[in-house]
Amino acid sequence: NLNVPKARNRKIQMGEFKVHRIRFFDYMPSAIRAMAFSTRTERLALARADGALEIFNFSDNYFQEKVLPGHDGRAVEALCWVGPRLFSAGLNGEITEYDLENLRPRYTVDAYGGPIWTIGVNSQGTLLAVGCEDGTVKMFEVLKERIQFQRNLDRQRGRIISLSWHPSGTLIAAGMMDMIRIFDAETGRATHRLVVDRGAGASKSKEVVVWSIAFLSDYTIISSDSAGKVQIWDGLNGTLIRTHLITKWDVLALSVSQDESSLVAGTSEGTVVQFQFLSSTVDRLDKDWVRTRTFKNHSHDVRALAHTETAVVSGGMDTQLVVRPLLDKVEKNTRESAIRKVSFPHRSLVCCAKKAGVLLFQFPDHLELWRLGESDGYGKPGGSLPVKRGPEKLIQLKRKGEDHICCSALSPCGGWLAYSTVTSFRLYRLLNGSISICKVSKLPKDLRPAHQLCFSTDSSKLFASSSNSSVVVVALNEPECKYLGTLKAKYGCRQPVHLLSASENGKWLATANTDCEVHVYNLDKLKLHCTVPVYGSCPTAMAIHPTTSNLVVVHADQQIFEYSLVKKEYTEWSRRLQKQGLHSLWLERDTPITHVTFNPKNPAHIIVQDLFMFCIIDKSLPLPEAKNVLYNQMTLRSLPEPDRVLHSHGFKICKDFQHLLCVSLLEDHSLVVVERPLLDIVSQLPAPVRQKKFAT
Amino acid sequence: MVEHGDIRVVRRGGSKINFRQPVITNDSRLLLCASGHSVKVFSTSTEECVHELRGHTDLVTGVVVKPSNHLQAYSCSLDGTIRLWDFTDGILIKTYDIGYSIYSIHTSAFHKGVVFTVTSTISDKKSESFQLVAVHLPQSGDQLVKAPELSAVISDVSSNPGAIVFGRGGEYIASANGLHLEVFFFKKQKTYRFFLKKDTKTGGKNTFMCVAAHPKDDCIATGHEDGKIRLWRNFNHQKEYTYSTLHWHSNAVSSMCFTPEGTNLLSGGVESVLVQWRYNDVSQRDFLPRLGAAITHIAVSPDGALSCTSHSDNKITIIQGIKVSAVLQGLVTGESVETDLMVDPRSKALVLNGKPGHLQFYSLKRDKLLYNLDIVQQEYIHELGLQQFKVVKVAFDASGNWMATVEERKQKDAEQELNLKLWAFDEQTQSFVLNTTVADPHESRITAMCFCQAAASQTTMLISASEDGHFKAWQLRRLAPDDGPSCLCDFVGAYRGLVPHCCCFSADGSLLAVSFQEVVTVWSPASWELLATLSQPPKAIRNLCFGRLSCSKYLLGTTDDHLLCCWNLLTCSLEWSTSMDISLLLGDPLTENIAAFCCHAGSTDLFVFKPSEPRPVFSLKAVCSGKVTHAVFAPREEMLESCEESSQWLNHSQLYFLTQCMDLMTFTTKAEEEKLMASSKQLLIDDSVAMTPFYLLLGKHRKGESGAAASGESAGRPPLPQGSGAVKELLRTPAHVLPSTSFLCSMFVKSLLVSVGDASEESKPAEEEMESEKEEEDSEGDMESSASRPERGSLARRSAEPAAPPLTKAQLRELRRVKKLDHSWLTGLLRS
Repeated sequence: NLNVPKARNRKIQMGEFKVHRIRFFDYMPSAIRAMAFSTRTERLALARADGALEIFNFSDNYFQEKVLPGHDGRAVEALCWVGPRLFSAGLNGEITEYDLENLRPRYTVDAYGGPIWTIGVNSQGTLLAVGCEDGTVKMFEVLKERIQFQRNLDRQRGRIISLSWHPSGTLIAAGMMDMIRIFDAETGRATHRLVVDRGAGASKSKEVVVWSIAFLSDYTIISSDSAGKVQIWDGLNGTLIRTHLITKWDVLALSVSQDESSLVAGTSEGTVVQFQFLSSTVDRLDKDWVRTRTFKNHSHDVRALAHTETAVVSGGMDTQLVVRPLLDKVEKNTRESAIRKVSFPHRSLVCCAKKAGVLLFQFPDHLELWRLGESDGYGKPGGSLPVKRGPEKLIQLKRKGEDHICCSALSPCGGWLAYSTVTSFRLYRLLNGSISICKVSKLPKDLRPAHQLCFSTDSSKLFASSSNSSVVVVALNEPECKYLGTLKAKYGCRQPVHLLSASENGKWLATANTDCEVHVYNLDKLKLHCTVPVYGSCPTAMAIHPTTSNLVVVHADQQIFEYSLVKKEYTEWSRRLQKQGLHSLWLERDTPITHVTFNPKNPAHIIVQDLFMFCIIDKSLPLPEAKNVLYNQMTLRSLPEPDRVLHSHGFKICKDFQHLLCVSLLEDHSLVVVERPLLDIVSQLPAPVRQKKFAT
Repeated sequence: MVEHGDIRVVRRGGSKINFRQPVITNDSRLLLCASGHSVKVFSTSTEECVHELRGHTDLVTGVVVKPSNHLQAYSCSLDGTIRLWDFTDGILIKTYDIGYSIYSIHTSAFHKGVVFTVTSTISDKKSESFQLVAVHLPQSGDQLVKAPELSAVISDVSSNPGAIVFGRGGEYIASANGLHLEVFFFKKQKTYRFFLKKDTKTGGKNTFMCVAAHPKDDCIATGHEDGKIRLWRNFNHQKEYTYSTLHWHSNAVSSMCFTPEGTNLLSGGVESVLVQWRYNDVSQRDFLPRLGAAITHIAVSPDGALSCTSHSDNKITIIQGIKVSAVLQGLVTGESVETDLMVDPRSKALVLNGKPGHLQFYSLKRDKLLYNLDIVQQEYIHELGLQQFKVVKVAFDASGNWMATVEERKQKDAEQELNLKLWAFDEQTQSFVLNTTVADPHESRITAMCFCQAAASQTTMLISASEDGHFKAWQLRRLAPDDGPSCLCDFVGAYRGLVPHCCCFSADGSLLAVSFQEVVTVWSPASWELLATLSQPPKAIRNLCFGRLSCSKYLLGTTDDHLLCCWNLLTCSLEWSTSMDISLLLGDPLTENIAAFCCHAGSTDLFVFKPSEPRPVFSLKAVCSGKVTHAVFAPREEMLESCEESSQWLNHSQLYFLTQCMDLMTFTTKAEEEKLMASSKQLLIDDSVAMTPFYLLLGKHRKGESGAAASGESAGRPPLPQGSGAVKELLRTPAHVLPSTSFLCSMFVKSLLVSVGDASEESKPAEEEMESEKEEEDSEGDMESSASRPERGSLARRSAEPAAPPLTKAQLRELRRVKKLDHSWLTGLLRS
C-alpha cells in the first residue's frame, strides 16, 4: 500500500464499505521546545516551536486536555508552573501567563533584558527568576493577578542560558557561557564562579554553553553543556566533583526526580541518559551519581525532559512526546510499564462534510478544502478500485493575523466554513460546489472567539463554544446570521468545552468540557436538557445516535458509555458493558478514541476510531469475554470457520489502516479514512546530527 | 582392561593451557594454569615452566590461590578431588576427596575453610545442569581427607567458571547462566535474580557470557553474546536494580576482569583485542590490539602489576601495563592436523601444523614449543572464506638433515597450486633452511610422501605419490663438497593408471611399497623395477607399513573393507589377515611392534602386535571416544626397563595420539608414573597444624615443648634429634618463608650442642621415632616396582646431604643403610 502516491485518493473495496484512503493531509507537528511538569496537579505543560502549548493530564491516561494555539511572534523557550498557574518566557523577551480556562495568554510582561532563555520559580512560589541575554537574572514577584519586577541580580558578562533555584530559595545557580554562577538570592551577589572547561580538540576555541542546570537540596549542582558533559559540582565550595562525558554533541536538557535520587539528561543524539544516586556498597551511606541506563527513543535532539515519579518524559525535534516508564518504579507487564509515544493531537484536525463529500484539513496557519475522488468500478474485497476522478484541492484559506487557528468546522452540506483563533472568529460562505468563497461580514456580536465549532446536520445552525462552558447558537441565513441564544449550564463551570456534538434531528446538542462534565441541551427550547453523570476520566469523543437519540461517550481510560437522552439514564447495553467490563486488551490501548460515528444502515453499529485502528461495535453481538483473545478482523479471517464463530464478538477491529486521523462515514455509505504515516513526518524532519555507526 | 590395568591413557605434554583461567601469584612471579592432568607453574619473567604439579588422575578444571595463604593453591579436577599444593616448591600438601566431578572452583577470603565448587547435579534429565556447592574442608592432619560436608548454594549455574564470581570481599556471589543473573548474599542468605529478554529490539543477543565483580564497590559487570557489557548496580533490590551498558565488542565478550583496585575493567573476545575500560569514566578506553588469537580468559595479578590473557591458540600472554611482556605458547592443535604427527629425528620434537602456514616443533620432553618454522613464507590474512596456502605434508629423513614439506592452495576457480619444499638442517643456526622449492611437483594433490629411512645410503631419496596417478622419486645429492646439494627427479612410476595412496620404504631402504588402490606394488629403489604386486581386492588399501628388525619380511596393510593383511615378502603371499576396522596403522621405528588403532562402536581400541606373532602384545579397549587418525611413536631419550610383558612395548618409545577433540594423549605405565611422582617432591608431615615448612618448623618446635611439659620431664632441656631435624628443615626451606634469624639462632645453636650426661638414654626413644619415620618411607619405597630403585638411593642421598658436621647417630645409621641398599641392588643385578 505504501507505493501509492501520497497525494492520491485511493478507493478500496472492503467487504461492506467502499473506502477512500487518503494520504494527502500533510499535517506536520511542530518540534517540542520546552516542558514543565507539575507534580501537584499531575499535569505536563509542553511548548512547541510554533508557540503552541499543550497540557497533558498524566493522571488521566496522558490525555491531551488542552491546546493553546500558537502565535507567530511567540517562541517559548521555557515553561514554569507556579502552583496551578503557567508561565512561559521566550526569545521575544516577554514573560507570559496563560489563562488555562479560556486557552489564551492572560497577560504579557516585558522583562527588558533582551531575549529570555530560562525561567524558574522558587519552591515557595513567590519569586520568578528569568535569565536574559544581557547577562542579568531578573526577579519578579508573583502576585495574585500579575507579576511585578522586583530587582536584578548582579549583572554578568554573557547571557544566562539556564538557571535553577536551590530548594531553600536562598541560592540560584545560573548557567552561562563557559561558566556557572551561583547567586545569593537575598543579596543578589554572585558568590561563586565555576568554570566549565571546553571540549577537546577543534572545539577548544568554541565557547561552551551550559544548556541546563539543576541545584539539588544537598547543594550539589548538576550541569549539562554543549561539550557533551554532565558535570557534578559541589555548590558550597564551588568545586567540580565528577564529569561524565556522555556524548560528542550537546547535552540539552536535564531533569531531576522529585526525591533527587535520579536524573536524566537529553542529548542531541536523541538519547536520554539516566544517572542514579547510588551508594557504592550495600551498607554504606555515602552515595554517588552513577550513569546507568540509556534510552534511545528519539532520532533528533532531545530538547525537553521531565522526570516524573515513575517515568521519563522526553520530547524534541522529532515532535514526539515519549513517556518511558522506569521499570524499577512500576509493576512489570502492566499498562503503566508500556512505553507511550504521543505523535498526533488527541483531537480531530479533519472535518468531513458528509453530504458534499468535501474534507476540511486544519493546519496552524491555513485551512485546506479537498473534494474526494470518485470511482464507479466494483472490485473484490481488499482490492483497490480504479479512480475515475482524482481528489481535488478546492481552496487553501490562509488565516489573518498572527494568531494560529485553534478550531475550524465545515457544514455537512459543504456550504459554510468557520474558523476561530484566540482573537477572532470568521465565517465563510462556500458557493458553486465549494469553489468560490466569500466572507460573511455581518456576524452577531455575541459570536466571540471560540474553542470548538460545530454545525447542525441540516447546516442551518452554528454552535460555538466560548468561555465558561457556554455555547453560542447562531442561525445561518443567507444575507445575515442571527444570534439565537447562549446555552449555559446552570452552575458556574469554567473549564473550556472541547467536544461538541449535535444530533441528526437537530434536537440535541451535547457538550463536554475538561472537567469531565457532559451536558446535553435541548435545541428547541435552548435549555439544558440533562447532565450525564460525571465520570472520572475526560471524554475523548462523543456522538448522538441519529435514530435512538442515545449519547455514546468514550473516555480517556477507554471506557464506553451509552446514555439515553430520552430516558435520562444509561442504556441496557451500557450497563451490561459496565457489568462485564471491557476486555483488558482494549483497555491497554494507549491512544484515545478520537471519533465516534454511526452506521445509518445498521442502528446497532457504533464506529469508533483511534490512531491505530477503527472498530465497529456491534451491539447485537455478545461482548468479548475477558479470558478470550481479542482477535482483530485480520486474524479472525485467517482462522478456520468454526473457530471464527467461536471467537467472533461485538468488537470488530480493523487494523488495516495505521496512523488514522479521521474515519468518517459519508452519506453514500462509503468510508473516508485519513492516514498520516509517521514515515512521512520523519522524512520531513531536518537531518539529525551525524553519528559514527559501527562498521561504517 | 583388567590385565593391563597398569597402562593408562594420560595427557602428558602438549595439553591445553588455555582451558581455564590462569592465576598469577601474589608476588607476580609465578603463573599457575591448569594443563591436562596437572597444574603447571610458569615463571612470568622467563616463560619457563618451574614446576608441574602432578597428582590428579583426570582433567584439572580449576586452580585458585588459597586466600588465607598466598603460597598455596587449590586445584580441582574431574576426578573428584581438590588438592592443596605448595606451588613454590611443587609439593602436594593435601588431597580432599569430594566424590563428585568438579567443574570449577572458587574461593574468597571471606569464607575460611570453605571452597566453592561447581558439580553437576544428579538428575536423570539429559540436559546437564550444574550447581554451586560449598565444601567445608575438614581440618585434619591426614594427607588424604574426605570432605563430606557439602551444601548447595546456587542451583542451575553455568559450568563456565567465568560465569561465577565473588563480589566485594566475598560478601556475595554472582552467577550468570543463560539469560539470568543470580546474586546471593551470604550475610542475609538472600538471592536476587534478574532476567533479561532473549533478544533486544535491535537484534542484540542478551545471553550472559561472563561475569566480573568490582572489588570495592557493589557493581557487577556482565558480558553478553552481542558484545555488550552491562554494569549492574543496586542489585540488592529485586526491583530497583539498575544497569548501564557499554558497547565496544562486535562479538561475544568471552572474559572480563576488574583490576584489584577496581579502577579498570579488562574485557576481551574474539576480536583478539584487550580492552581496558576506566571504571569511573567508561567513555575512556585503552586497547591492546593484535594479540594473535581470540581471548578466552583474562586474569590480573593481585598487585595489579601484571595481567594475562589466554588465547584460543593455546597461548597465554602476560601483559605488563599495556605491553606484552611474555608469551607462554602451548601446543597448537587447530581444527585439523593435516601434516599428521611427525617426530624430528634430531631434536626428538613433535612436528605438526601450528600457526597458519607454519610448522611447530614441540619438545614433548620439556613440554615446550621449541620454535615455529615459517613454511609458506607469506603473510597470513585473516578473512573469512579466503583460501591460503596450507602445509599439508611433512617428512623427515632418518638423520634429520632433510625435511620435505608440501603446501597447497585450492581456490575456487583457479587451478590447484602445489609447492614441494626441501629444507636442509643448518648446523650454525640449528634450524632448517629452505634449500629447494619445486613448484608444481605433481599435477594433482600429493597423497603421500616419505623419505628413505636407510641410514647408510649416500643420497637421500624422497618419494611423493599424487592423485595424478604417478609417484615420483626425488634424489637429493650433494654435487660438490662446497656446493649446495640439489634435488633431481629420479624416477616417475605408475601402475595401470591407478591412483597411488600410500608409499612406504622398508627399514633398510631396499624396497619401496606403493599402494595403487587395491594393489600393492613393491619396487626396488636401486633399479626401479617392479618386483612384485600384492593384492587383496576388492577394496582400496588404506595404510601400509613394513615390519622391522626380525619382522622385516612382512608388509602390513589395511583396506577399506576392514581387513588387516600381512604379506610375506619372501614368498609374496598373504601370511595372515584378520577383519578389523583399523583407522591407523603405525610401526614403531625402534622395535618390531606395530600399533593399530581400531575404530569400534564409536570408540577406539588399541592393539599392539608383532607381525610374526599371532597374539597381540598389548590391547586396550576404549582408549578414547571417536576415531584416532593421527598418532606417532616418539623415541624415548632413556630407555624404560619394564619387565612386565604387557608394558614392554613402551620401553623404547612412547605412543602419542590425537583424539577427535584434538587432545594429545599418551600411554603410561604405572612404574613410569610412580617414577614421575617420586621425582616431584612429597611432603611428609604428621601434625595437623603443619601446612608449610614454616609451620612445620614452628609446629614441631612447639610440640616438642608441650610434650616435654606434659611428661613432667626436664623442661629446659633441648630436644636434640628434633633439633637436628630442624636444622635439616632450616637448610631445605627457602629463606623467604623462614622466621627471622634472631628467632632461629638460639634453636640452631642448641641443636648443634652435644648434650652431656643422660643424652644417650634420652636420645634413644627419639632415635626410634626417627627410625619409624624412615621406615614409613621405606615401606612406601618397597611398594614401588624395581624401576624406581635407583631413585631411592638418590632420595636417601638427598636426606643425607644436609647433615650437619657432627653426624647424629640416626644419620650414621642412615648412611649405613644406604650402603646396604646399594649392595642388595648389586646382588639383584648379578642374580639376573
